[in-house]
Amino acid sequence: MSDFFDPGRWKPAPFLPASDARDGALTFVIAVLCFLACLTALGVIAADRAARGWTDQLRGEATIVVRPKSNETPDSAAARAAETLAGVPGVVEARALEAEKAEALIAPWLGDVADLEDLPVPRLVAVVLDPSKPASTQAMDRALKAQGLDALVDDHSAWMADIQRSAGMARWIGAAVFLMIAAAAGAVVAFATRAGMAARREVVEVLHLTGAEDAFIARLFQSRFALMAARAGLLGAGGAAIVGAGLRLAGGGAGLTPVLPVAWSDLLAVLPCPLAAAAVAAIAARLTAAALIRELV
Amino acid sequence: MSRNPHAALAQDAETAIVRFDDVSMRYGRAPETLKDLSFSLAPGSFHFLTGPSGAGKSSLLKLIYLAARPSKGLVHLFGQDVSQVPTPERPALRRRIGVVFQELLLLDHLSAFDNAALPLRIAGMKADEYRQDVAELLAWVGLRSRMHAMPATLAGGEKQRLAIARAVVARPEILLADEPTGNVDHEMAVRILRLFVELNRLGTTIVIATHDQDMVARSGMPVLHIEEGRLVHHGLPRTDG
Repeated sequence: MSDFFDPGRWKPAPFLPASDARDGALTFVIAVLCFLACLTALGVIAADRAARGWTDQLRGEATIVVRPKSNETPDSAAARAAETLAGVPGVVEARALEAEKAEALIAPWLGDVADLEDLPVPRLVAVVLDPSKPASTQAMDRALKAQGLDALVDDHSAWMADIQRSAGMARWIGAAVFLMIAAAAGAVVAFATRAGMAARREVVEVLHLTGAEDAFIARLFQSRFALMAARAGLLGAGGAAIVGAGLRLAGGGAGLTPVLPVAWSDLLAVLPCPLAAAAVAAIAARLTAAALIRELV
Repeated sequence: MSRNPHAALAQDAETAIVRFDDVSMRYGRAPETLKDLSFSLAPGSFHFLTGPSGAGKSSLLKLIYLAARPSKGLVHLFGQDVSQVPTPERPALRRRIGVVFQELLLLDHLSAFDNAALPLRIAGMKADEYRQDVAELLAWVGLRSRMHAMPATLAGGEKQRLAIARAVVARPEILLADEPTGNVDHEMAVRILRLFVELNRLGTTIVIATHDQDMVARSGMPVLHIEEGRLVHHGLPRTDG
């Protein structure tokens, strides 16, 4: 026996090459697509949270416009309205806004009205509602009328519908973009796997003609490509998690509120990515192996 | 050549190891490559498969090693009609056949030793069970000092012998070789032929596709001669040239 080769120390090499220069580009492409898919997922989650935050905030508040009667000053009418509303079940807090605040609100349209003492500027009462059991508009309206107050209850429903519609659209668009990128990532993983296997057609042919079972050949390629895709998915997901963490840190306690309120828990959304990439690659590899083997006979 | 060449011709079709009954074959929609072939090979026989380029020699071998299906007729291997063999059982049939491919089909990422051991690993043997046998086989084909070499570093004749080692390592009942001496010099061709004769003495049925009429004539072994896809002669080599 040759001194150079000692069978006693010989270890069988894997049936497939341990690494291949072609795999580098494949890993990179899969990693980039996984990164984009994860980033989109984080964006969709943050957009959903932002939209929910806006509507929750609007739903939890109401504004009362109080028009003072001739026998009462605007301040006393507003104070009475606040006091009345504070006693309505489902109201957490009712606070009459100062005259300056009401004037500031109409300043964009009428300019400075502080000097126009005769102008009947209505007073506003800000009401904070109990989020679990908020007072209804009708209940507040009845309570104010019972006290002889001329007031208009604005529960923000007019523009809450617009906000909700916008928030819903943002969610759907985000989800659609995510699905498109995820589908593109899946398709590229599958395509790249097929291309990678086609390049190894000779190995499939030799194993097949040497008597390897079809399932054995499929398993070899399946685990090989699944491992590579999982590694690429891990790189992509890791990159997206780092970007997400950066956004969270850059935005302070609540992320880039209110535009992109990223929470630490959102970063968990990238975890399934390596598994999903591996599953797509495994299925693609198995189907491709089966197709290649069919072509051989 | 110690075996009686006439024994191969006198074989009863029922006990044949390979039997073609009116077999034709075509690739896709192309014209038939093989037409109406009927013959049988006895176990332990030695045949040369001859014919001009494009006559269908490689296609005939493919039908035997189950890399193609006939478009007409029946192919029997080891007494079984292969068209009736379920797909999951075909690999087991293939493992009983060793093939030296014309293109050799060595795996570049495996050493000479791993290439030679491939059929045994596929058959499920553990390294401990086959490492000595493979080492001895490689020594027998003259690759004792090249066991650790990668195929890309082997010379043409070494690759050829490695492909032969891989084809015979699992002790197949049938050995098919497609132009095994096509790319080697005369001396190497003689050595390779001796290897096949040795294997045949051990009981392996051998079919060698070749262009080398001189080698065929000197061997005195039976010939399957095909032209334009038809079997035109099955028997001892013609002496009329």
